[in-house]
Amino acid sequence: MCFCSSATRGFVWSDIVKHRHKLWGALLLLAGLHVVVLFAGFFAPYGSSTQDRNLPFAPPTGLHFVDASGKFRARPFVYGLKDDPQALGSFAVDSTQVYPVHFFVQGSSYKVGGVLPSRLHLFGVSAPGRIFILGSDAYGRDQFTRFLYGGQISLAAGLIAAALSVLLGVVIGGLAGFYGGWIDDLLMRGGELFLALPWLYLLFAVRAALPLHIAQWQVFLLLIVVIGLVGWARPARLIRGVVLSAKERNFVVAARAFGASDVYLLRRHVLPQTYGVVLTQMALLVPQYVLAEVTLTFLGLGVGEPMPSWGSLLASLQQYYVLSSYWWMFLPALLLIPVFLAYYMAADALQERLKTVPL
Amino acid sequence: MRYLTRRLLHAILLLIVISVFSFALLQWAPGNFFDAMRLNPRVSAQTVNGLRLEHGMNQSLPVRYAHWAYSVLKGDMGFSFSYNTPVASLLWARARNTLFLTTIATLLAWLLAIPLGIWSAANKGTWCDRACAFSTSALLTIPDLLLFLILLLLAVRTGWFPVGGMVSTSFASFDFWSKLKDIAVHFALPALGLAVVTLPVLVRHIRSAMVEALDSPFIRAAHGHGIPRTRLLFRYALPLASNPLISLLGFSVATMLSASVIVEVIMSWPGLGPLMVQAILSRDVYVVVGVVMLSSVFLVAGNLLADVLLFVSDPRIRVE
Repeated sequence: MCFCSSATRGFVWSDIVKHRHKLWGALLLLAGLHVVVLFAGFFAPYGSSTQDRNLPFAPPTGLHFVDASGKFRARPFVYGLKDDPQALGSFAVDSTQVYPVHFFVQGSSYKVGGVLPSRLHLFGVSAPGRIFILGSDAYGRDQFTRFLYGGQISLAAGLIAAALSVLLGVVIGGLAGFYGGWIDDLLMRGGELFLALPWLYLLFAVRAALPLHIAQWQVFLLLIVVIGLVGWARPARLIRGVVLSAKERNFVVAARAFGASDVYLLRRHVLPQTYGVVLTQMALLVPQYVLAEVTLTFLGLGVGEPMPSWGSLLASLQQYYVLSSYWWMFLPALLLIPVFLAYYMAADALQERLKTVPL
Repeated sequence: MRYLTRRLLHAILLLIVISVFSFALLQWAPGNFFDAMRLNPRVSAQTVNGLRLEHGMNQSLPVRYAHWAYSVLKGDMGFSFSYNTPVASLLWARARNTLFLTTIATLLAWLLAIPLGIWSAANKGTWCDRACAFSTSALLTIPDLLLFLILLLLAVRTGWFPVGGMVSTSFASFDFWSKLKDIAVHFALPALGLAVVTLPVLVRHIRSAMVEALDSPFIRAAHGHGIPRTRLLFRYALPLASNPLISLLGFSVATMLSASVIVEVIMSWPGLGPLMVQAILSRDVYVVVGVVMLSSVFLVAGNLLADVLLFVSDPRIRVE
């Protein structure tokens, strides 16, 4: 998860999956994932802060097709929960309460894309019953819902920060590579400074320079800016390398001889050649920055409650009783693995397809 | 010798730039330790102002930097507001623990990675190699945070490893061997976690360096002369492959230090990580600067070590 060092160098997925359509597979997976997270309101059965104080730390709800009398039902159903008489504070399945799962139900209201009000949810069960696919947390909030809403924060942080880093990388690397000389020296020495420091300490140092007690959305924006600013050095270095060779290519030299200005050359001929590196770097940086957000939030330096993020979902595991007693609190963390896998696969496939410089 | 002197000067320059950079950044920060104190109705405004003056908070940035640099030279490294003591006294014990943990973890990771990488390169393309590539890919996609939490869960569930801290509470009463054993079981888990996190990258690098070395013509010639395979691998290919790996050793210090922060916080290891997080939350700027500086010193030292090793191992650099 280190965006300033070499942790993800050579993620050679091709060693394992020799697949012609790997890129499309990865992109499809990513697209699906982002659509689900973007329309979290529809896919999640509850609101992001809907609590059920009667059901703290409820285990994941099992879907059933065969009822107590052994009869098969085409519509899946869930059982209700009752207090476990053997163990205080935990729940047991109450097979007398049966709640069929309905699809496209009306539930709590939310806004599609922040504007369009809607009450439609993909699935849900009727009122006294609850469906917690990934269990519930200390306040009886549905973990699956919070995972989807948290993804909005975490993925947005990762995507925007990665875009910021790559943008800085293009500008700085482009200038350094195109002009060379002292500009190159100055910018690349500065980049070495950023590459040399342990990224987490650097992130800490920059985070420490920012106010602690501010509104949540400000924390979120600051977090993005900090993560994005700290990681510019690696993309800048790679892009500088591409620009160095791109500016010597014959058609660029010819255009220069015809009197093209520097701005025109960069915009029209040199920077378009870096798109392979830019795309690959984006795909590599997003999961690393998502993880940076998760780590900072986990340590209490990122976005906090009640705003859900993947980091705050994990943060509850810092308490020993949560860690040891409620295994389903790990489930949102485990779901991060396929997300990262999709991104790494995409990066790998892009690199292969676009034949960019080795990372 | 000129090579090494240049490297040393470069390292010192780097440290000075980092110190100016981090100092300025933290001093410009809005809000400081005394702002939180001001909210407390039991502390009067005069007291807060007095404290501010005492710590020179009203002086300009270059003056404060000069004071701080002087105190670094004296060996104090500034003053911690919340612990009310020179920062250095806080840092040493913590730094020792972090260094101890990361050194052991680095050793463990390299001891595991070298045989794995060589074995994988020697059996390139076979199912062993594929299995190795698959497991390193899988390890790369697991967030390190999650890995540490899973290890912690393992410790809590099985009870094989003590959780939290560096020694047991009754440590002082143990004899020498029990003390040694106690420390060993306490750091088994954090060290293992750190080693596993860094392992996949190392294995991949070692494998690719070895594959490249094994492809070179002189290896084929040596093979043709009938030199046995093990000797070929360890005496001929490994020294050739060692050059990029030594640079990697320098680089991996940074990764290790960052991962170490997380493992220290999760497993309550009394190292620099938890100190840093606490210091940020309480705006104890000199502690933050101290930890940043100390970690940069470790890093620079790691890179210098790699340079020296390169100098010793690679005759080409010596000739230059």
